[in-house]
Amino acid sequence: MGKSMIKKITGHQMFIPIMALLLLAVVNLIVDPGFFKVTLGTNNSGDPVLSGSLITILDYGSELAILAIGMTLVTAASGGQDISVGATIAIAGSAMLRVLCGTNTRPETIQAPIIVAFLVACVVGMLCGAFNGALVSIFKIQPMIATLILFTAGRSIAAWINNNELPIVPDPKFKYFGGFIPGIPIPTTVFIVLACIIVIVLVLKFTNLGLYTQAVGINESSSKLNGINPTFIKFLTFVILGLCVAVAALIKVSRISTINYSVIAKDIEMDAILAVALGGNALSGGKFNMWSSILGAYVIQFLTTTLYKFNVQSDALSAYKAVVVILLVIFSAPAVRTYFSNLFAKISTSRKSGKEAAK
Amino acid sequence: MDNNRILEMRGINKSFPGVRALQNVDFSLNKGEIHALMGENGAGKSTLIKVLTGVYSKDSGTISLGDKKNVSIRSPQSAQNLGISTVYQEITLCPNLTVAENIYIGRGKSQITNWKKMNADADKLLKKLDIPARATQQLASCSIAVQQMVAIARAVDMDCKVLILDEPTSSLDEQEVEKLFGLMRDLKALGVGIIFVTHFLDQVYEVCDKIIVLRDGQFVGEYEIKDLPRVKLVATMLGKEMDDLSDIKGEQGTYSGENKDERVFEAKELQSDAGIKPFDFYIKKGEVNGFTGLLGSGRSECVRAIFGADRVLKGKVKMHGKDVKISKPLDAMKNGIAYLPEDRKVDGIIGDLSVRDNIIMALQVLKGFFRPFSKKQAEAFADEYIKKLNIKTASSDTPIKSLSGGNQQKVILARWLLMHPEYLILDEPTRGIDVGTKVDIQKLVLDLASEGMSVTFISSETDEMLRTCSRLIVMRDRKVVGELTGDDLTQNKIMSTIAGGE
Amino acid sequence: MSKKKLLKGNLFSRMSDTNLLLIITVAIFFLMYIGAIIFQGGGFTKPQMLFNILNSNAALIITACGMSIVMISGGIDISVGGVVALVSMSCAVYLDFHNGSIIGSLLIAIAIGLAYGIVQGVLVAYLDIQPFIVSLAGMFFARGMTTIINTKPFNVENNQAFLDLKGTRITVPGMGSYNRKGIYVPAYIEIGVVVALVLVIILFLVLRYTKLGRSFYAVGGNKQSALMLGINVKRTKFFSHLICSTLAGIGGYVYFLHVGSGSASHAMGMEMNAIASSIIGGTMLSGGVGNIIGTLFGVLSLSTIQNIVSSAGLDQAWWTGITIAAMLCIFLLIQSVVMKQRKRALKS
Repeated sequence: MGKSMIKKITGHQMFIPIMALLLLAVVNLIVDPGFFKVTLGTNNSGDPVLSGSLITILDYGSELAILAIGMTLVTAASGGQDISVGATIAIAGSAMLRVLCGTNTRPETIQAPIIVAFLVACVVGMLCGAFNGALVSIFKIQPMIATLILFTAGRSIAAWINNNELPIVPDPKFKYFGGFIPGIPIPTTVFIVLACIIVIVLVLKFTNLGLYTQAVGINESSSKLNGINPTFIKFLTFVILGLCVAVAALIKVSRISTINYSVIAKDIEMDAILAVALGGNALSGGKFNMWSSILGAYVIQFLTTTLYKFNVQSDALSAYKAVVVILLVIFSAPAVRTYFSNLFAKISTSRKSGKEAAK
Repeated sequence: MDNNRILEMRGINKSFPGVRALQNVDFSLNKGEIHALMGENGAGKSTLIKVLTGVYSKDSGTISLGDKKNVSIRSPQSAQNLGISTVYQEITLCPNLTVAENIYIGRGKSQITNWKKMNADADKLLKKLDIPARATQQLASCSIAVQQMVAIARAVDMDCKVLILDEPTSSLDEQEVEKLFGLMRDLKALGVGIIFVTHFLDQVYEVCDKIIVLRDGQFVGEYEIKDLPRVKLVATMLGKEMDDLSDIKGEQGTYSGENKDERVFEAKELQSDAGIKPFDFYIKKGEVNGFTGLLGSGRSECVRAIFGADRVLKGKVKMHGKDVKISKPLDAMKNGIAYLPEDRKVDGIIGDLSVRDNIIMALQVLKGFFRPFSKKQAEAFADEYIKKLNIKTASSDTPIKSLSGGNQQKVILARWLLMHPEYLILDEPTRGIDVGTKVDIQKLVLDLASEGMSVTFISSETDEMLRTCSRLIVMRDRKVVGELTGDDLTQNKIMSTIAGGE
Repeated sequence: MSKKKLLKGNLFSRMSDTNLLLIITVAIFFLMYIGAIIFQGGGFTKPQMLFNILNSNAALIITACGMSIVMISGGIDISVGGVVALVSMSCAVYLDFHNGSIIGSLLIAIAIGLAYGIVQGVLVAYLDIQPFIVSLAGMFFARGMTTIINTKPFNVENNQAFLDLKGTRITVPGMGSYNRKGIYVPAYIEIGVVVALVLVIILFLVLRYTKLGRSFYAVGGNKQSALMLGINVKRTKFFSHLICSTLAGIGGYVYFLHVGSGSASHAMGMEMNAIASSIIGGTMLSGGVGNIIGTLFGVLSLSTIQNIVSSAGLDQAWWTGITIAAMLCIFLLIQSVVMKQRKRALKS
């Protein structure tokens, strides 16, 4: 009885990310109990802000969590991943700056309302998504390869949009999205993520997006005979990811009010894919669990923040991250799991038979 | 012990989580014997074969090969080295390699490939077995039947002692089956022991010497072919007396309600890109009709064209006398047409999804993207049909892929029945499923028709068609060549129409 | 006679996927190069131009070949760029700070490659973890380790033996040209090119004529079938990763020999260039189709287009990225369309 219970818990998709989260929390608790302290202070402009490692994780994990939403859908439907998200963040961000600053790189005031700039970024993000989606769904090119195109060209296109200049947004309001709104001590990004999660939960609840993407990902030919249009569903998931990219770009650009084409959102595609995998979703597509992916994103950010706490250089960060990731995937690999469960079974049966022999 | 014994399996046990697939199964085979391994789906035939070929490892029991007692077979490779070759129902060759490579790869100790010799050997072998393929051809460019023959050529050439044929005939036409049987008899004469798994009873009685029956993972018995007439065989497989089979005979569509003569569906000059000639077709309310013809004659392509599953090139389609346009499956579904596809694995099931999701899929798509069923509603639908069709599943949450073939087919059938179609197309609904389910499905078809549903039924087994259909459209070479009704519905008449000429 | 007709009749459908894509690649490379000669003239007419392309891309050729092998067997390895950087840095530190020997540095390079291959191979083949995730972690690890070994980029200046080796030029007789002053300049290639070309030939033979080589194709074509055909799928996958990473190690050394420095930002994005070259060379990511010679031409095509772009005066940094991407896009579309046509041709 107890055994099947254990199996049920360990077999659950959320098991790995939750365990990883707990493990990280415990390690931090042992090393520095102050890790979890959240303090209310004031920032440079005198507004109240919360600070502490947990807040940092929630704040800086936002982009990743948002991307994980779109990446999960793309993975489920197409059985592949979009590796161009970092580069398309650069494109969307660059487009946003171009609208906000016009041709002048140091404007006194913004040239267009922020909402217009954001909408333009959304359109650009969705166009990039549509380009990837068309290659994948219509021309049947493997997703990783199709998105390799924008991955290679993205940052160059971003630089080209602003003629390789680095415009700076003058309006302090623009900083709110990646920072704090005066008077509210919680980072704005947390609200943005919440909004995104609410939207996707509503979409999954009130449409068949979830069912259709999973069906297409599991058996395309069969879905087609059930009246689903797999081409369109795949295309749609890429466009949704494009939208997520635009939101992430808003946060990224807002954090520094400008852009660095070669560095912005660098390697974020890898983290986003890892978030999906860490959440226990098969990278080969099919069934998915959205919550698990989002949790996976925060686990990765937790890890990053923890490593910083241990005074790891930012350049060397990736080496440690890699070790942790490898350990996690080894632990969650089916082959390893069956090996251990067989081992357990063997131990318990040998104990049992030992008892019987004793009788 | 018998000198002729080449294979002896004793007390084989194999369990999967929740299922005891094989319980204490014994199996033996002599030199130059052809054994039919029979059983319903889920009886344990596949598991037994996979244990023998090293795909699964057995939990307990012993396997002896000739003089070698208690051999361990850990992988398909070690099975091959021990002289056990297998030809599976699905092609297990590599489509991207050449025919010659597919015959010789993974064999022998040599680390270097001698292309010239390999191609020459392969050509010789292909010629000997009369297989229409060239050694240097890429396998993907051969037809499925030829690919199957290549797989057999490979097994034959491996100098095997035990040859396992796991439903090799399901994608072959009659001539090819004959050729295969010739091959099997040749091998038998050479002293090879053959295990033949099939669902076609005719074939069993044509080539086999002995029949071994499994049921629910247990060994039922070993019989000489002459001691076990067909009816008895079926009864043994099912574990009950089979009166149901004879019951169904001659009980054709009996719908006599109103609008009896209304043409529910009518097509003129319909043609798709799957290479069939334009054809005319209609079906009346409550009628059961069927497409018949040899494999590859285009019968599946016809119904796929009706459903819009292939790209429709031209033709006019009417429902209830009104012009409609059907260019994709969704159009057909909106018009009340349902289609159970020929290939259950590729076109039917959505493997990782639950039985419930698989059942509601079609109706859900029809209802629309923005109007998903509530979980409760879906649950109710699923439970209703699980009960109605007697689907054996642990719960409606179970992934469909863990069900047996027959039950998977029932789930797909439930999916389309839930849509309450006016016109139901069943393409080989009984292929590869056990006799019990076959009878269930045939009965269901007749019941549906008597309630006023029009049904098109396709099956490779003509007697099954004769039992259910009141009108048969005969096809040859991708063209409709005749239509049979009433007294013309006999085996002989069908055969002569298919063959052509009077 | 009828057989001849049969052979001739459907050459298009008769040819294997691998050969068809190879021919397209080679043809496009030559068309492109001839086009460059006609429209750009100048440098492209001199053989040295081609040799320069080889000189600066020898490392890419080697890593791309490894990538092709992994891709043919149905996997992917995105750690190769990281391995190249790690090898460069390790060798640079060993040679410059510890005044090590050439042989020693070469052994370090191969050892790093082998170690990577063994770890990644075991994880992918025997533990059945997705190759993308494994090599992603591998890439992170390599890049991180490179910074941990030495944060700042630097040139190797204190090791004469190495500098001599780096400066070694092999003149190619009869291929030289006269410069503006009328002085004969002999054409040359670097040692790395010889290594690369030898490896290309060896790998071509391995893929074509050995059991292991054919197993790569079988496993990539259909894993399940390969298993049923008696191929040791796990071992084959393991070897594909072992070879790829070892080649990345050797490629790293050749790269190091060409640039003579260690830096964490070396070979940035090289994995993507390697994948792109393989694809342009006719390897399909879905596995089972590909050719080493094609990969060689893939690398050449990629760098030729870069040269065309820069000699056309579009030398802002972003144009290179955009043109490579555009070219990749075109090749992918060609592959996609050709394969679709072919499927249709086979169907009817």
